[in-house]
Amino acid sequence: MAHGHHPTGIKRWLFTTNHKDIGSMYLWFSFTMFLIGGAMALGIRLELFQPGLQFWEPNFFNTLTTMHGLIMVFGAVMPAFVGLANWLIPMQIGAPDMALPRMNNFSFWILPFAFTLLLLSLVTPLFPDGAPNFGWTFYAPLSTKFGPASTDFFIFGVHLMGISSIMGAINVIVTVMNMRAPGMSLMKMPMFVWTWVITAFLLIMVMPVLAGAVTMMLTDRHFGTSFFDAAGGGDPVMFQHIFWFFGHPEVYIMILPAFGIASHIIPTFSRKPLFGYASMVYATASIAFLSFVVWAHHMFTVGMPVAGELYFMIATMIIAVPTGVKIFNWVATMWQGSITFETPMLFALAFVVLFTLGGVSGVMLAMTPVDKQYHDTYFVVAHFHYVLFPGAIFGTIAAVYYWLPKWTGNMYNETLGKVHFWFSIIAVNLTFFPMHFSGLAGMQRRVPDYNMMFEGFNQLSSIGAFMLGFSQLLFLYLVINCIRGGKGKATDRVWEGAEGLEFTHLPSPAPYHSFEQAPEVK
Amino acid sequence: MKENTENTGKPTNYYVPEQSNLPIIGSVGLFVLVLGAGNFIQGTTDTVSQKEGSLPEFMASMGPYVLTLGLLIVFYLMYKWWSTAARESMANMNSAQLDRSYRQGMLWFITSEVMFFAAFFGALWYARVMIVPWLGGEGNNAMTHALLWPDFNAIWPVTTTPDGTTTQAMGPWGLPAINTAILLTSSWTLTIAHHALIDKNRPTLILFTWITAFLGVIFLGLQAYEYYHAYTDLGLTLGSGIYGNTFFMLTGFHGLHVTIGTIFLIVLSIRCSKGHFTPENHFAYEAGAWYWHFVDVVWLFLFVFVYAL
Repeated sequence: MAHGHHPTGIKRWLFTTNHKDIGSMYLWFSFTMFLIGGAMALGIRLELFQPGLQFWEPNFFNTLTTMHGLIMVFGAVMPAFVGLANWLIPMQIGAPDMALPRMNNFSFWILPFAFTLLLLSLVTPLFPDGAPNFGWTFYAPLSTKFGPASTDFFIFGVHLMGISSIMGAINVIVTVMNMRAPGMSLMKMPMFVWTWVITAFLLIMVMPVLAGAVTMMLTDRHFGTSFFDAAGGGDPVMFQHIFWFFGHPEVYIMILPAFGIASHIIPTFSRKPLFGYASMVYATASIAFLSFVVWAHHMFTVGMPVAGELYFMIATMIIAVPTGVKIFNWVATMWQGSITFETPMLFALAFVVLFTLGGVSGVMLAMTPVDKQYHDTYFVVAHFHYVLFPGAIFGTIAAVYYWLPKWTGNMYNETLGKVHFWFSIIAVNLTFFPMHFSGLAGMQRRVPDYNMMFEGFNQLSSIGAFMLGFSQLLFLYLVINCIRGGKGKATDRVWEGAEGLEFTHLPSPAPYHSFEQAPEVK
Repeated sequence: MKENTENTGKPTNYYVPEQSNLPIIGSVGLFVLVLGAGNFIQGTTDTVSQKEGSLPEFMASMGPYVLTLGLLIVFYLMYKWWSTAARESMANMNSAQLDRSYRQGMLWFITSEVMFFAAFFGALWYARVMIVPWLGGEGNNAMTHALLWPDFNAIWPVTTTPDGTTTQAMGPWGLPAINTAILLTSSWTLTIAHHALIDKNRPTLILFTWITAFLGVIFLGLQAYEYYHAYTDLGLTLGSGIYGNTFFMLTGFHGLHVTIGTIFLIVLSIRCSKGHFTPENHFAYEAGAWYWHFVDVVWLFLFVFVYAL
């Protein structure tokens, strides 16, 4: 084992086998992608500030929505959670590092190359007919028969991201199953570890299916197959089935780790243990299981048999039960607690409230008859942005505020952190809440122009979006400021009510190799 | 998943490798590989219109070279990575715990491979159970059939597609049945070899590992002949509609995995001759055996659902 030897310079990052270095690279990569994808979102909101076409050609508008979705899903949210997993899991289970450190670095370094490939498609001299423009769901035949030349590079980019995700997921599962400190039985594992094990299982199960889907796209485009073409005996609807078999577990991949994060932060600042730990574990596992059997609720309007629609409607609604268990457990954790409202707690509370809102609009969308009205409207956009921004992104931000003092040894600026929170929460609601109304009134998604009557709602959304985007620069400043010293030294415990090996057994900042001696867990 | 009951020792000697340049080499290699593959595909198929002398046209013409370079880097990486891992294992740097990490990692990798095949099997079953009957007018699709493709006959194998492409089907008896027998035999010979490894019977180990690899080569040869027969005699090609699509994608990806498995077995045979494995420490051998059994099981599914039924 490498003792006391700290490599420096660029080699430290290129050749590292250290879970903390790799975690940091994941988080910085994720934030970079978050800003790029965010800039594209602002491009969309700029165009939608007024009806009519002002800024972009319709095709470029489609490119913006497509690339925004792909970059945020695969570049921002997923790597952010892998980064947190790298930083936290070895510390939380009392391990020296991840189980397979070289593969760990491999799974990170594939990502910048995969996204270079994806972003190259925006370079006009290379791709005169433009970047992918078929939406992040890349439905056939838009992506097969009518996809631009850059689609092939998008396909290979997805393959690379899949390889990266699968290796990262294998590493997480193996680490957790094999590297826990003596005495840490499965049902003593911290919730973040539990949620990540289940997430990793989902990744291993569905990323290969996505690889299969894009491979069939590639052969349909170039090698004469007709998987997604009825004239040759295939079916474009089959693409949607295969895609959403990946896509629905994918949305839980993007939220389960945030559930775990909330399950750490809420007990700490309520100064009470988590309510219903075992039920939290079982609820997470149930959600993961159900995520495999509900995929066609994304496709109620394609003309499935009625029996199929009924089944997928009911199965989808059942997910609200384990999710509700989690929400009530968080609320019960706070019940009669001695609560303080530091920045991580504020973000975690906003997560619980606003994620629930997104969940409830999800139950509305699950109803087949009403979905036939809501499908492909801004109501859907409002729904999934409520579960992704205040869900996944607020969860990540809360985690960064919560564990940053442990990582850097310094406290962040609490006052500015609260400013960041209030700007974010006001802006996130200003951006996405009006979309419910414009969607219910019939405004379609992925169209650069809209009816005059939606103008008010869209202007609110656009103002909110710019506010939301620029207030994240404050977050960037706060993190850099904290790394450079922030508001003084953090204690080893960091937070008064913090539990877990990383707070009780490790100093702040945490040492380069987490646990050289395995701690004893009672 | 095995419950972690024996994790009561002190895992302080877990081997965390020093810094390594392998991951970045691999990432660059994969990037060059897919960049070349994309350009190669676009240059060799006519779906992309490219102006003379334009940058995309130049990129497409560079495709084969970039692809070759990428393949070379990736092959170099694989050789380098696994020889490093083998050296570490033989230097006894791997604790029992790391050995478990490798084993569990391999099992989860095979799980992901199973799901990759599941995507194509899913396509096959969806086509057979849903698409073809619907195109034939079943359910509420009577008008689809009557108006769009009145001549389409909803049978499997789809020997005439809705747009009129025709082919002949590949029967299960003959080469596919022989190939099934070969793969089943190879699993048996591999198990004999594995038992010989545990019993320290080196000659049997080496002989039967080679026999297994040799059976893999025979399988691939017969499969190549079957493809030749399909293309020349039956008119069955990758482009022959949904039947040809699923046939060649499933058997093709399986064949690719047999190729990987055969190379794996050849490497293992050589390592057996060099005495790399002990009854206690032979993770690589078991990983190869697991991989081979996985490939075997996939073939059984293929034989039933692609050929026989």
